[in-house]
Amino acid sequence: MLKRVGRISTWGWIAGVLALAGFMGSPPVNAAQELRIGFVAPITGPFSQVGKDMVNGFQMYLDEVGGSFAGAKVTFIVEDEEAKPPVAVRKVEKLIRQDKVHMFIGGLLASTGYAIAPVSTRLKTVYVASIPAADDLTQRDAAKYPLMVRTGWTSSQPSHPFGEWACQQGYKRIVAIGADFAFGHEVVGGFQKAFEDCGGRIIQKIWPPLGTIDFGPYIPTIKKDADAIFTLMAGPMSLQFPKQLAAAGIRKPVLGGGTSYDEFVLPSMGDEVIGHISALQYSAALDTPKNAAFVKKYRGKYGKVPSYYSESNYSTAQMIHEVMKKTKGKWPGAEQFVKMLSSIELETPRGPVRLDEMKNPVHNIYIRMVRKKKEHGYDKDELWNTVIKTYPNVGQFWKYKKEEFLKQPVYSRDYPPCKYCE
Amino acid sequence: MDTNFWVIQAFNGISYGALLFLLASGLSLIFGVMRIVNLAHGSFFLIGGYVALTVIWTTGSWVLALPAAALAVAVVGLLMERVFLRPLGFDPLRQVLLSVGFAYLFQQAALDIWGGDNFDIVPPAILKESAVIGGFYFPIYRIFMIGMALFVGLVLWLTMEKTRMGAMVRATVDDSEMARGVGINTSRVSMFIFALGAFLAGLGGVIGGAFLGVYPGLDFAILPIAFAVVIIGGMGSLTGAAVGSLLVGLADNFGKALFPEVSYFTLYAPMVLILALKPTGLFGRE
Amino acid sequence: MDGRRKLLIVIAALLAVLLITPHSGSYIIVLVTHALIFAILAMSLDILLGFTGLPSLGQAAYLGMGAYLTAILASKLQFGLDWTFWVVVVLGILIGVATAAFFGLFAVHAGGVYFLMITLALGMCVWGLAYRWNSLTGGDNGIVLPPRPSFGIQLADDVTFFYLVFAFFAVSLATMALLARSPFGRSLVGIRENELRMRILGYNTWLHKYIAFIIAGGFGGLAGVLWAHAHGLVSPEDVVLATSVDALLMVVLGGPGTLVGGAIGAGIVVFLREYLSTLVPWWQYVLGGVYVLTILYLPGGMMSIPERIRSRHARRIVIPAKAGI
Repeated sequence: MLKRVGRISTWGWIAGVLALAGFMGSPPVNAAQELRIGFVAPITGPFSQVGKDMVNGFQMYLDEVGGSFAGAKVTFIVEDEEAKPPVAVRKVEKLIRQDKVHMFIGGLLASTGYAIAPVSTRLKTVYVASIPAADDLTQRDAAKYPLMVRTGWTSSQPSHPFGEWACQQGYKRIVAIGADFAFGHEVVGGFQKAFEDCGGRIIQKIWPPLGTIDFGPYIPTIKKDADAIFTLMAGPMSLQFPKQLAAAGIRKPVLGGGTSYDEFVLPSMGDEVIGHISALQYSAALDTPKNAAFVKKYRGKYGKVPSYYSESNYSTAQMIHEVMKKTKGKWPGAEQFVKMLSSIELETPRGPVRLDEMKNPVHNIYIRMVRKKKEHGYDKDELWNTVIKTYPNVGQFWKYKKEEFLKQPVYSRDYPPCKYCE
Repeated sequence: MDTNFWVIQAFNGISYGALLFLLASGLSLIFGVMRIVNLAHGSFFLIGGYVALTVIWTTGSWVLALPAAALAVAVVGLLMERVFLRPLGFDPLRQVLLSVGFAYLFQQAALDIWGGDNFDIVPPAILKESAVIGGFYFPIYRIFMIGMALFVGLVLWLTMEKTRMGAMVRATVDDSEMARGVGINTSRVSMFIFALGAFLAGLGGVIGGAFLGVYPGLDFAILPIAFAVVIIGGMGSLTGAAVGSLLVGLADNFGKALFPEVSYFTLYAPMVLILALKPTGLFGRE
Repeated sequence: MDGRRKLLIVIAALLAVLLITPHSGSYIIVLVTHALIFAILAMSLDILLGFTGLPSLGQAAYLGMGAYLTAILASKLQFGLDWTFWVVVVLGILIGVATAAFFGLFAVHAGGVYFLMITLALGMCVWGLAYRWNSLTGGDNGIVLPPRPSFGIQLADDVTFFYLVFAFFAVSLATMALLARSPFGRSLVGIRENELRMRILGYNTWLHKYIAFIIAGGFGGLAGVLWAHAHGLVSPEDVVLATSVDALLMVVLGGPGTLVGGAIGAGIVVFLREYLSTLVPWWQYVLGGVYVLTILYLPGGMMSIPERIRSRHARRIVIPAKAGI
């Protein structure tokens, strides 16, 4: 009796493992006219609202073309990366190994971008970086990622013209306070370089850790005699910082990176942000027919105004579709696809987009001010990032020569150095 | 670093400590009476915030949300204690492990009920202003937090010192076997304390919701900080929770402002120091 | 179930894993490798929790130390990418040992839930360092490792790497099993049962616990080295509290004090986390639910299931006989 139990459990174990392995074997790959696209975004966690915007942006375009790119049926698989780089790596591995995707798209944070780009090289799969803005992915490290194409932006891309614009407005002494991670360093760094090259001075740099929601320790240290404050906030920080700044009685002009006021958080903000100015390659308030149509359609479908996270993925889908149109729906292989995607020029909701030789977009940068008004024919006064100036055809290197720019180190906490810090 | 800096930072540190007191006092009491380290305490905090949101969305009243959310969490805590923890008997280790399982379940449930978005609890307009005293800006909401913590602390102290239930609690903390020996129904005391701890955590969640936001992941983010407080202050001691919260609030604030590089260190280093010198915490007993 | 039968079953299961995995899907190989590495961590925790009765919520710290050491050596010094990989393995174990030796001074004199709190705190300190010491650890970006070492064999090949990890796992299991059966291991169990009695009998219980703590740290460091190469990335997210909690879950699910239970628990948790999560959105209910049910009704974990079936069988045999009298 006991011997039988022993034998049963042994065979039970083996049978169980066999069954499991067989069950989890990889699915058959359908070679004919099918495009399998993997997508990683933070569906849960503090950035889940952003993740949703990312997915919805791509999905909306997909629905517009009936789920097929030039005859290739698109299988769109979304995985949750929880805004944690190791999770993103694991999900990407699953998408490639298990779901046999032709390409994977997305990732949110710069750290995630740095983590999953090597996977694209290691497992020889195309990675379309629609959001991660880490500068070096298409700058100093570009050679490491031959199968990566960026369709979003670099962190410092909008900061360069913005720094010059700020200086031209007459600001001379600015305090920078930005989230302490690569993206924050790069946005602030780009602003600092352009601002100081034009004659301005960054007199203080403060770095609250990513995820800070109590700015109590930082706000009182802001120098009283600054002309303006430059802020870079991301995720939940964007919501809390302006509130606490206002509550502390600080009335200085506020300039910010685009994500500080992006539409993923703008509807939840209050009047404290009216008049704040930021720079980005998109604004939902952009007054072009193409964007007006995009905003109205997105809002009708998802109940909220699209953010740049939505637009970036929408235009990414647009670009992929263009490539598939050229190949008549056949997957041209990873290298060829990358080549073709890099040569696309397109009119998207954010304006005209083309890719530079490092596979990063060249597009318009908009200087926007938060205003409370009616936009796009809606009948309520709402907060919008109203465009007050457009810089056309801005690339990742701005007016700097590419070779010189690449010689300097990547923007970080200590670069550019705080020469004028007091 | 002018006077403004020191005054405001101290004020901020005290107000953060006030919030921590609400969270940590419950954790400390639960340990004192039941010897359980409730790893679902962060979840209680988070659920408090979520329930408050629901109350505000349906009734529009923030004032109502405060007691409603705290009571709701107390009920959850009560159920958890009666149905799951009690049957394990006096087995602190397994009870702790069980609380971990619940933390995961609560996290998933919160995600399903309220979704994954970030929320903010918006307090009434008066609380959004700042009081200007002597040229310093003191956000009224922070003053409110300090006031609330003082009020709660006072009520707790009075309950513990002056009521019969309080006496029973103190007896159970000191020596639960003796307490049972003199006829105190320690299982009822446990139930009361666990519900009270949950109530306080839930209340903290509502109040903290305007300040920290309400989002998935907050539960596990706030838990280590609560632990820092009870480790430093000492388990089972209300005074310890108060002193610990104050110290942690100030250390965190000043640490981040003055030594941003090692800001997490300024939080956890005092903890390690206490562990090395007096493991039961400043006011704990063993 | 007697020892020899148990041993045979364990060997059979291990052989099954070893033979079947390389022929499964490419993702399965990655998952099984990941589970085996986690199993080493879980088993090291079992030595503390299951055998010595010390519940540690900070094992991820040793994993982190080993992983970061490997990553820093590989990416900054290009060290450990050929035969020197074995040197890194030894260094990884040593750093786990050293960290545990240091932390143990704070933790070991405590017991029960105090031990839990202290190990939690120490684990958080390691996380804080990983997160903020940007120049060394890369902060929240973490460190991306160069491709896996090759020394005659290419570890970049997933199947080869799986065999290597499996070998480490088998050796770790065997070592820990021998340890458990040794007089030292038995005295640990004695300490778990009744420390006062052991002390009266003349054992230096503090020293015994301290050594167990260090051993667990060493294996944690080893797991860390393998972890770094398995994922090609080390990040502060790897050393958060949740990782230590996961290890605890694995031991409790599998069965504390059985060693193999840790491996089974690792398999279950990794499967739920990495596989079920991609199929259904409510996988975390399953994880939490299985865990809660195990604690309530199955204190011996999964490993105790055969025992329970057997004892139920035994009861059925006895009762008819009694009825006949």
